[in-house]
Amino acid sequence: MLAIVLLLLAPALAALVAGLMRSERARPLVLPALGAVHLLAAVATIVTRPIAGHQDHLLVASLWLRLDALGSVVLLALSVLFLLVACYAPGYLAARSERANRVLVVCFCIFLGLATLATLSQHLGLMWAAIEGATLACTPMIYFNHNQRSLEATWKYLMVGGVGIALALLGTFFMAYAAIASGRPAELTYEALMANGALSEPWVRVAFVLLLVGYGTKMGLAPLHSWKPDAYGETPGIVGALLAGGMTSVAFLALARVVGLVEALGQGAFARQALTVMGLLSMAWAAVFMVRQSDLKRLLAYSSVEHMGILAIGLGLGPAALPAVLLHLLGNTWAKSALFISAGNIHRAFASKHIPAVSGAILRLPVSGTIFLLGFLAATGAPPFALFLSEFGLLQAAAGAGAWWTGGIFLACLVVVFLGFSATVLAAVLGETDAPEPEPQLGDSWRTTLPPALGLGLVLALGLWTPAPLRGLFDEAAASWPVPHAAAVPHPAPEPVP
Amino acid sequence: MVDLLLALIILLNFAMLGSGRIRVLIQTAALQGVVISALPLALGHEHTLRGVVLALVTLAVKGFVIPAVLLSAFDRLKIRREVEPFISYAASLLLVALGTAAAVLVGRQLPLAPEHAGSLAVAAALATVIAGFLLLITRRKAITQATGYLILENGISIFGLTLVGGVPFLVETTLLLDLVAGVFVMVIVMNHIHRAFTTLDTRQLTALKE
Repeated sequence: MLAIVLLLLAPALAALVAGLMRSERARPLVLPALGAVHLLAAVATIVTRPIAGHQDHLLVASLWLRLDALGSVVLLALSVLFLLVACYAPGYLAARSERANRVLVVCFCIFLGLATLATLSQHLGLMWAAIEGATLACTPMIYFNHNQRSLEATWKYLMVGGVGIALALLGTFFMAYAAIASGRPAELTYEALMANGALSEPWVRVAFVLLLVGYGTKMGLAPLHSWKPDAYGETPGIVGALLAGGMTSVAFLALARVVGLVEALGQGAFARQALTVMGLLSMAWAAVFMVRQSDLKRLLAYSSVEHMGILAIGLGLGPAALPAVLLHLLGNTWAKSALFISAGNIHRAFASKHIPAVSGAILRLPVSGTIFLLGFLAATGAPPFALFLSEFGLLQAAAGAGAWWTGGIFLACLVVVFLGFSATVLAAVLGETDAPEPEPQLGDSWRTTLPPALGLGLVLALGLWTPAPLRGLFDEAAASWPVPHAAAVPHPAPEPVP
Repeated sequence: MVDLLLALIILLNFAMLGSGRIRVLIQTAALQGVVISALPLALGHEHTLRGVVLALVTLAVKGFVIPAVLLSAFDRLKIRREVEPFISYAASLLLVALGTAAAVLVGRQLPLAPEHAGSLAVAAALATVIAGFLLLITRRKAITQATGYLILENGISIFGLTLVGGVPFLVETTLLLDLVAGVFVMVIVMNHIHRAFTTLDTRQLTALKE
């Protein structure tokens, strides 16, 4: 109870403090402090969270704000990612002292607060508002470099993201109307909506499509990902990590909640089909654009599109695949922190993010180069990293469900992604370089390498051993996945429109 | 009464897609916002404190605050007055007519609750969303695109205000707050675009591609 309040208040307080602080050097230190408090509060909230059916009604909004197993996993992914990025931020912002950092630091805090609110919210409208707010908080971050290219990326992000999130709102209203059209009250908490059993089929389907398009745009599922390479490409590595790990994970959670809801409302098969198609399309699209991709950060953006595709396919496989999906989400989130931060280090030292200008990075930046190389292996699902386990688990689930085509295309895309990713990464990291030694402040130091190394270490550790509490969360999320209400109270079909 | 307002909203969509002056376009969008804010009151069953406050907040946000923000940006940035579409006005009108027809067809496929039988609300909402989207993708200037976004949101409000009565007040007002914040951010970015490129023509924004 206390932990939840702290979880939501700490980011707001930190944003206020950061906004009032005058010192450019001291302000970024707010971020690691917030990250540490947030992680402690998150763990406390997850551990003490009320067991389903025993919620405490101390909060007026207890039906709106509740941490379930699914939300816990996303909250954990987000909180750890934020702490890693926050520990890197002071060093990075000191190196970029030519740019004022007030807006960036404040937006980081606001983003964390709203993303946390999204993981807790059990209400379609509140979830939407939190994600919309988090989206807006990201806008100034993307424009941090203040040049024409980042401006273009920001405008595209605003427009594409704005339309997407608007359609999600329309979908939310349609879902409410699905209840009204079936003669039920328009409650927008998941619990109340699910209790309805089967609702008006056309409304639920249209609502689902709109919500899929809306939150799919935020996740960056193909063909709605067009903002992603531009935004990730033109923004600092820390922002890329926060977007690729945090924003996408929260959007995934929103989509997963909607899928569960639609399942309970009797349209699960339709939703799973749509997710599988979009997931496979995302993987294939990403694979095509990763081959011969010369821009390191755009490469990572397409890798993010690929992983979002994998998560969508996993959702499409139903609750049996959910433990693998959640493991994949954790692995992807933390691997992205290592990749984006080390790519940022390389970008700064070489003053370029393109091969062949970047070559032999491991000679100039031994630690960042190694992290980038290992991060590539982690992101492509090489053993013993966590993503190997999760991708293997998804294949097993596909085989178990008899989805041979899905499994086959999934595997083929993974191979192409590996080949495309490796060509660029190997050219950038290994090979000869005639670039001069970077100046000392651009070289590797513990401040610029420890956070991404820790992120990578977590992905490795998860691949070797899943702690029992985490396994418990995965299983609980799968066990509490909604099932279609076969025994729902029958109610009269709505009158057809004359 | 409600259907009359909804029909007026659809007509305003045509007016906006056919308008060649940015100032007129923004003013028409403001008028559409005013009409939309009258919907909860015209419905009759919303003559409660909640309904009145909601109508007033919608009126303030959609009819005045956002259009004023857009108009002041328009004046300050000294943008040329023409809308400059990618396609001709005739083609725009044809597309919005097709979009409206599609909206009516889709609206008829979706079963309404008995108390809403025969309502134009679904068709009007979808037609306005489509009109906003068309404006967003067929116009060159950032300010016209932002207006398109406002109109798209108008369409969603139409649906929310006429058909979904049960959405908590807190959520409704948060939505409007989000809209204001979104448009503010857009205008700030517009200022930067104008400073960096000395124009609001988004065709300048084509450096990023494969």
